[in-house]
Amino acid sequence: MKKEKPNPSAAVPIMDADAIRRGLRRIAHEIIEGNPALDKVVLAGIPSRGVEIAQRVAAFIREIEKIDIETGVIDVAMHRDDVGTRPELPVVHATKLPVPLEERTVIIVDDVLYTGRTARAAMDAINSFGRAARIQLAALIDRGHRELPIRPDYVGKNLPTATRERIQVRLLETDNEPDAVWLERES
Amino acid sequence: MAGKGILTARWTRKDLLGLRELSADEISFILETADAFKQVGTREIKKVPALRGKTLVNFFVEPSTRTRTSFELAAFRLSADVINISTATSSLTKGETLKDTARNLEALHADILVLRHGSAGAPQFLASRVKASVINAGDGAHEHPTQALLDLYTIRERRGKIADLNVAIIGDILFSRVARSNIFGLLKLGAHVTLVGPSTLVPREFEKLGVKVSYKIDDVLPKADVVNLLRIQHERQRREYFPGLGEYIRLFGLTKERAKLLKPDCLIMHPGPINRGVEIDSDVADGLQSVILDQVTNGLAVRMAVLYLCGGIAT
Repeated sequence: MKKEKPNPSAAVPIMDADAIRRGLRRIAHEIIEGNPALDKVVLAGIPSRGVEIAQRVAAFIREIEKIDIETGVIDVAMHRDDVGTRPELPVVHATKLPVPLEERTVIIVDDVLYTGRTARAAMDAINSFGRAARIQLAALIDRGHRELPIRPDYVGKNLPTATRERIQVRLLETDNEPDAVWLERES
Repeated sequence: MAGKGILTARWTRKDLLGLRELSADEISFILETADAFKQVGTREIKKVPALRGKTLVNFFVEPSTRTRTSFELAAFRLSADVINISTATSSLTKGETLKDTARNLEALHADILVLRHGSAGAPQFLASRVKASVINAGDGAHEHPTQALLDLYTIRERRGKIADLNVAIIGDILFSRVARSNIFGLLKLGAHVTLVGPSTLVPREFEKLGVKVSYKIDDVLPKADVVNLLRIQHERQRREYFPGLGEYIRLFGLTKERAKLLKPDCLIMHPGPINRGVEIDSDVADGLQSVILDQVTNGLAVRMAVLYLCGGIAT
């Protein structure tokens, strides 16, 4: 988790706290429309910002529909396909999902959707708990450049990017900084 | 090789040789990683692809069932492939040196070597000579780091912390690698450690490590938050250290009567295999305060964490 402040000249603001709130609220509405049986839905976040985003979307659904939907945590670190090739080993977390999964729709929640490899690892993790009725994917930002046949069901903001650009997301709860999304160009 | 340079990430070691060389943060990081892997055991499919394609060699030059099995199962759950080599099947009996055996294993592209050896320092010797990760599964009377880690994990799980707890380690300390690794780990995490046993097996020299030494078990038990009973190793003892089992039981055995001195929430631990009726009474070993089987379950999670961390480091 990088904590350094953006260099103002190289950073392009993408979303502020208001825009993030509106994006997540729209995702909440779309989840409600897409899932008539909301009591079967689990919002499962990928640590650490995905977990916070799942909590916020669940709060919007509670506000709109007066229903408490289940939330969970999916660890993808131990399901990745690149262990031993990265300089830094990803930190593993405990996965928390309600079981049995058989009747449930699990919505994977992440901050940025990029290559799709994290989403693939998340599906692998979910499958080890049982056969979910459906798996869907929600992301605050979809920046493109998929390397796998994966597409999101719910997106806060579509953002065409170049591969040399980096998306930075900050959320108050996970980063202790004001909510913000910005774009950085690698020099 | 292991642990050179500054800790930029939280884990940078390819080897786990002992707890003496680890920082408190590194030990805590292994325990936290083990939390995540313990949860894998509760899934419908108890297997993750973290070490898929890696090869682990269980190289046990001394006999062991539970440690070897635990490492083997841990490797299976991480999707690694496992080869077991024991004394009987090893070319060491044909006079091959440890180094040559290891180099041969490496030529087969083994990624992780789990070594149990009768000589202290054997894992260190290998670790500095092979590219593979070396995990110490017990070397002589030196260290048995994964046993101590699973003991720490079990204490932390049951008591919520390790700092400031009074831990009594009872029995054959002199010959015990479990005791040494436990002492290093417990002290680093802030526990108070008291060693108890016959003076021949618990020499005062141990006080230099920062522990207390007592020869009166009945004074120690009432204050203990954890008692860790070590196995009396008949096979290692020479007669001059040890008068006889009957006297040991009378003076140091955790009998049913003696167990009444313990606080009701005191944990009773034993690394196994238990000598029922020697260091611990059968009823006590099976009683409510006993966490002996939790230790076995947690051993699997801790070993998964160690294999993941050491074996997952890019080399």
